Amino acid sequence: MLDFYNIDSVLSEEERAVRDSVRRFVDERVLPIIGKAYVEGRFPREILPQMAELGVFGANLPEEYGCAGLNNVAYGLINQELERGDSGVRSFASVQSSLVMYPIFAFGSEEQKRHWLPKMATAEAIGCFGLTEPDYGSNPSGMITMAQEQPDGTWVLNGAKMWITNGSTAHVAVVWAKTNGDKDDRSIRGFLVPTDATGFKARDQKGKLSLRASDTSELVFEDVHLPADAILPKSGGLKSPLMCLTQARYGISWGAIGAAMACFEECVSYAKNRVMFGRPIAGFQLQQERIADMLTEITKAQLVSLHLGRLKDAGSYTPQQVSLAKRNNVDMATNVAREARRLLGANGILAEYGAMRHMANLESVYTYEGTHDVHTLILGQAVTGMNAFGG
Amino acid sequence: MKIAVCIKRGPDSETRFKIASTGTAIDEAGVKFDISDFDSYAVEFALQTVEKQGGEVVVVSLGPDTVQETLRKAMSMGADRGVHLKADALPHDGLAVAQALAAELKDGGYDLVLFGKLASDTAAGTIGAMTAELLGLPCVTAASKLDLGAAGGTARRDLEGAAEIVEFPLPAVVTIDEGIARPRYPSLKGIMAAKKKPLESKPAQLGPVRVSVTRMELPPDRPPGRIIGKGKEAVPELIRVLQTEAKVL
Repeated sequence: MLDFYNIDSVLSEEERAVRDSVRRFVDERVLPIIGKAYVEGRFPREILPQMAELGVFGANLPEEYGCAGLNNVAYGLINQELERGDSGVRSFASVQSSLVMYPIFAFGSEEQKRHWLPKMATAEAIGCFGLTEPDYGSNPSGMITMAQEQPDGTWVLNGAKMWITNGSTAHVAVVWAKTNGDKDDRSIRGFLVPTDATGFKARDQKGKLSLRASDTSELVFEDVHLPADAILPKSGGLKSPLMCLTQARYGISWGAIGAAMACFEECVSYAKNRVMFGRPIAGFQLQQERIADMLTEITKAQLVSLHLGRLKDAGSYTPQQVSLAKRNNVDMATNVAREARRLLGANGILAEYGAMRHMANLESVYTYEGTHDVHTLILGQAVTGMNAFGG
Repeated sequence: MKIAVCIKRGPDSETRFKIASTGTAIDEAGVKFDISDFDSYAVEFALQTVEKQGGEVVVVSLGPDTVQETLRKAMSMGADRGVHLKADALPHDGLAVAQALAAELKDGGYDLVLFGKLASDTAAGTIGAMTAELLGLPCVTAASKLDLGAAGGTARRDLEGAAEIVEFPLPAVVTIDEGIARPRYPSLKGIMAAKKKPLESKPAQLGPVRVSVTRMELPPDRPPGRIIGKGKEAVPELIRVLQTEAKVL
């Protein structure tokens, strides 16, 4: 596997062991089935028990909640390997870990943590994360989903969420809503909403040409009654869901490297075997330029994410640093996947090869968790101090 | 049941080998190492046995400090503790290694000592039987199935065109063939737990080394393919070549 700068040598023994275990799982259990699942447009649920047994869900959360207690570099390497399989498989794990287990861990009561986290680590309970709405994507502060507190302390939830990964398979949704009719984004709180609650509807979004091996749903809440303890007590303001996104974006920066590595390995192997004009196309300068560019960009991305992971483990990373990694690495991976598909020639459009699947997937990854453009503006603001959002 | 599994750190079977400048070993740069294949089946079998019957699995490996990673891998799969018999290098003389292993194992109170039937790199397959001899224990080699009772066991040995079922008393030494158990993935929790498990390191009491490697060679490059001809006209020539040159018909 691509490691041109011998990055292995600066990983710890346990980081390598974690990576190798997930790598073997992906090679043996994901790669043989993923092309077909993608064409069929279904998330391969059959791999869930094995993923849970391996311990990938919430892997960087503490052992006392049934999790593995890994550091963030190991957590990143898990994402890299899963996305080497497919962005949909990695998305499932990102949502479960970073967008559901993390907010319960960070903002939940001790009771909520003890109730949900061990079940989620074993995938006995599946979660989804509802922030984006049909008309509020890049500007979540405009959300119109509302939770109204009742005189007895219970809540009534109304609104809709869209583009929700795992929405139709989840047992519980972490839903972000403004509270008590207050339109200010400081009133945003997180709620744990059981998906079998009366008034909760989830509909799969059909016709996707990307992330086909992943469930994406629309959620509708019509007078959903929630108990008083459904609220995540330590959540408050838009900052809370953004903290979740920072976690997920960190993982995505690693995941994108995995998708790019898969494309790189596939096209190098293809180029060495595919004979045209009497010799392998790997010997042609145009293909070598493609391969050299991929190698360079992937190696740079590996170094960016590794260093970011070390900063995160030291507790000193910033959301803006995460934006740089997500923006760079996903953009890099979309370019690598496209060039890999082109190198594969006509074969590159077949599901038998991974390049076009990764290429199509990465368009979603480019768009979700803060679009490429939003991260551009985050970085612009970080450098200039001037906020370009909203013109 | 107390089981010792003797494991070797071996290069990944998909490695493309290069010979080191000394000419007597492979160049380890960029080579990935893991538990030697047959040894990993033995580890898995030991873990499954102890999960069913209770007991302890101890993994033992001989070599430089790098074998600790191999022991840690077995412990992340579930082995209870590791013993590192420290030596600058793993000698090529199987008896020297067997003497060090026997010295470690003899007072350990083991009901069963397992080995892979041979190492994925050297393929010598001698150390299990030699260790059994030194310990004065019965030895069954290349077991592809193993049933264990309190006082003894039954092993299946797959032979060319037949199988042999053998009985033996415990304690015993058994070397393991493939097919006995598929090694598990170390779980992420297992990897974290392995960090806290005891790993004892002590000098290996190697016997005298009388056999050494003087030179290593890579297999010759495969000659390029040859196109005899096309269509049915080429068949007589193809048969002639297969008979007279390749000598396979």
